[in-house]
Amino acid sequence: MCGGTGAAGPAKVLGTEDVDERGRLIVEQIPRLRRYARALTGDADRADDLVQDCLERAWGKFHLWRSGSNLRAWLFTIMHNLHVNSRRRVAIRPAVVSLSDWVEDRGIAPNQEKAAEVKGVTAALHLLPDDQRAVLLLIALEDMSYQDVARILDIPIGTVMSRLSRGRERLRQLLAAGEAGTAGRMSQR
Amino acid sequence: MTNLTPITDNDLHAYVDGQIDAERRALIEAHLATNPEMADTVASYRAQRVALHEAFDSILSEPLPASMVRRPAFRWVDTATRIAAALILIVLGGAGGWLLRGEAVQPAQVAAIAAPPAGDPFPTWARVAHVVYLPEVRRAVEVKADDATLVPWLAKRVGTPISAPDLKASGFQLQGGRLIPGESKPAAQFLYQDDAGRRVTLYVRHGDTGDRKTGFLFDDADGVGVYYWIDGDRGYALAGDLDRDTLRKVAMQAYEHMAY
Repeated sequence: MCGGTGAAGPAKVLGTEDVDERGRLIVEQIPRLRRYARALTGDADRADDLVQDCLERAWGKFHLWRSGSNLRAWLFTIMHNLHVNSRRRVAIRPAVVSLSDWVEDRGIAPNQEKAAEVKGVTAALHLLPDDQRAVLLLIALEDMSYQDVARILDIPIGTVMSRLSRGRERLRQLLAAGEAGTAGRMSQR
Repeated sequence: MTNLTPITDNDLHAYVDGQIDAERRALIEAHLATNPEMADTVASYRAQRVALHEAFDSILSEPLPASMVRRPAFRWVDTATRIAAALILIVLGGAGGWLLRGEAVQPAQVAAIAAPPAGDPFPTWARVAHVVYLPEVRRAVEVKADDATLVPWLAKRVGTPISAPDLKASGFQLQGGRLIPGESKPAAQFLYQDDAGRRVTLYVRHGDTGDRKTGFLFDDADGVGVYYWIDGDRGYALAGDLDRDTLRKVAMQAYEHMAY
């Protein structure tokens, strides 16, 4: 157990011999990164691509992570930045979609976009603005502290609270409307 | 009965998220008991938390794709490159020692071996840009730091998401930035100044970097030191007329910022 350099304190200092330890620490976080990415993007493939990119970047930059600081928040920060970047790229250069995919998509989407038709939290989540969805998920699903969320998203804590509030309120309306819609159709039968 | 500290929207969220102290929690619970509308709101927020976990928690137990668990191969290439570089330095050092046997090895010669790739043009671009704009007092920057369009505009023109690192911990405040020519496309320069009026500039380039990964390198000429690093297709260089240690500290801060 001993053999440390004697630096007392809660922060464990990782040396180069601790590659396995670093690996273990990162791998431990992967399930949660995947859960968040899936909920955020609503698409399993895109989510895993995002996690993969995040991990590669984290490995490359691992020496910059100060051991003892919050590894999870660091990883989520990297992933958030990658997500923002990828959205920016998408916005600049819209993805080319084949006509048949487009027609297929349109066949399903218009109904889902009507709030009255929304069923389930997954569908409702994707009617929230991206910013509100990120804050809501980090807090309500990932149980992050408000301070960590402010740091991860690089926004003031007041903005975290207002996005949380708007996100929750909107989600509540969407879910209530969805239930009302379902109940309405059922009572018509 | 009136309460001196009214319950706010934020209190309700903090209550639902368990991010509240015990005293405040008791106060809110007392309120909820007499305010059904507020209790409804809290119940619906709680239900959202439960619904989110029901929808997504199964992902936690999915087996991890092998590609995620494995440490990416390129890191080993990196490491191998670094070891090879170190070996070359040792061999060169040894050869130098042999050739110079009988004479003391001059520090300048050692420095030449450990210096960045000879004639790397990248730090020179940053140095020239630094020297050109440094003497300007009123027109040191094209767009001031308090202009919200500064970073988005530069990012758009440079062609990659960039940000201006916060160097306040070293006493340097962002003054603003400007668009400057790179080798084949636009580059960005951020200018920082401390209370003593000392200035450093950060040069950011996208492309034109030879797509390589360098460590943290130092280049010094004409009294202007440049710390620079290249990360794939992005290059960063911090230039300043400071002593080397101070400049390194400031540059490290920028480097760590860019790690995110």
